[in-house]
Amino acid sequence: MITLNALDLALAAGLVLTMAALSWRMQLGLSGQLLIAGMRTVVQLLLIGLVLKALFANVDLLWVAGISLVMLLAAGREVMARQQRRFTGWWGFGMGTGAMFISSFAITVLALTTMVATDPWYDPQYAVPLLGMLLGNTMSGIALALDRLTSTAWQQRAVIEQRLMLGATRLQAIAEIRRDAMRSGMMPIINAMAAAGLVSLPGMMTGQILAGSPPLEAVKYQILIMFLISAGTGFGVTAALWLGSKRLFDERHRLRLDKLTGPRNG
Amino acid sequence: MVELERPGMNGLSVIDLCTRGRGPYSLHIAPGECISLRGDSGSGKSLLLRAIADLDPHDGQVLLDGVACAQFTAPQWRKQVALLPAESHWWKDEVGAHFSGEECPWFETLGFSAETMHWQVSRLSSGEKQRLALARILMNTPRVLLLDEPTASLDAGNAAAVETLIGEYRRDTGAAVLWVSHDARQAARVGDRHLQLSTTTLIEGAP
Repeated sequence: MITLNALDLALAAGLVLTMAALSWRMQLGLSGQLLIAGMRTVVQLLLIGLVLKALFANVDLLWVAGISLVMLLAAGREVMARQQRRFTGWWGFGMGTGAMFISSFAITVLALTTMVATDPWYDPQYAVPLLGMLLGNTMSGIALALDRLTSTAWQQRAVIEQRLMLGATRLQAIAEIRRDAMRSGMMPIINAMAAAGLVSLPGMMTGQILAGSPPLEAVKYQILIMFLISAGTGFGVTAALWLGSKRLFDERHRLRLDKLTGPRNG
Repeated sequence: MVELERPGMNGLSVIDLCTRGRGPYSLHIAPGECISLRGDSGSGKSLLLRAIADLDPHDGQVLLDGVACAQFTAPQWRKQVALLPAESHWWKDEVGAHFSGEECPWFETLGFSAETMHWQVSRLSSGEKQRLALARILMNTPRVLLLDEPTASLDAGNAAAVETLIGEYRRDTGAAVLWVSHDARQAARVGDRHLQLSTTTLIEGAP
């Protein structure tokens, strides 16, 4: 494996700086954002690199659990931030976070104990990247699905209430909207599976090949990951939508949009 | 007297109903009776109907034949205590997809035919939608009808057909009817009693 030195990275950084200068000359208004994002990449990745190095040196369940919790909370915050209209109070954060916890953690533990079978099962070299990939994808799916659910319910309140007036239960009244939300949450991973290898080489597989793994070994890992991600996203989105569509109504099957915050400005 | 003719039926009782800072309202509609309801726009007529249909949180009691709303599941209640809103909504492409059965016994009176089931919702006029919405809610055979200006977008002929149909329906089934109307002559025609709504109370009076 060819290791990169500081000069290699400086050359790549030079390209970004050139692009920032170009943007400044063309008055695109992107140079500031580009530079800040670039610096965040360097700082955040160096930090996580150090954390992982320390973690790999001290294999301890408590440490792995700690970093998993931090990852989960960050993902939960991200799901909440991506909602146009989110649930008020604790639910706005808890719904997405709870759904991710159930699906991502269960699938990761299952994979670590059976399919990857590391020793110990929480070996951070496998546990942390695996959980990270699952959380990242489940997070996108849940954020998309919940946003679709709440914004459609808001737009179609008249139709939902019309169905309630005709004697529909809350589940019947929101069934189509929930199905649409499920579809938009699952679409990215279905598309990624369908296009894998044809349109794009998945990032993890590319990384393993760059690191010197035999291509077929990398492919097997990628297939495993894709399957885990699609199952994890599916379970996570299902749980989030189940909680979300229940929460949109009260026990008397009334549509309660007062449980959502107003649209986010900007 | 009407109660004696229909044993077990007691109609709709509303006792001290408060919703969204309005009320308390109390009223009773006997089986087969029709009460006309008038009030300035913004006086909360629609909110009162929504609360009776249990679509909004409310305080106070609503009873159907002496049984409290809370004793029913909400969907059961709304099938019995049917709200016909001023504007109807449709979510499928074809008219028929919104009806539980293949046929609707009220189509002919309302000027429709069996063919209407295959009409496209997107091509309905507002008057057609209003009449079809009435037929749709009657398919649940409700015991109480809460009608929010059911003839607002109809011409005189169709309005008369709707008045006739609702009259027949309440005579045949003993349904209690609460009819919101802006038209004093219509209120006089259809109502046995007449109520006027203000934000705080209901006053019995002339149509």
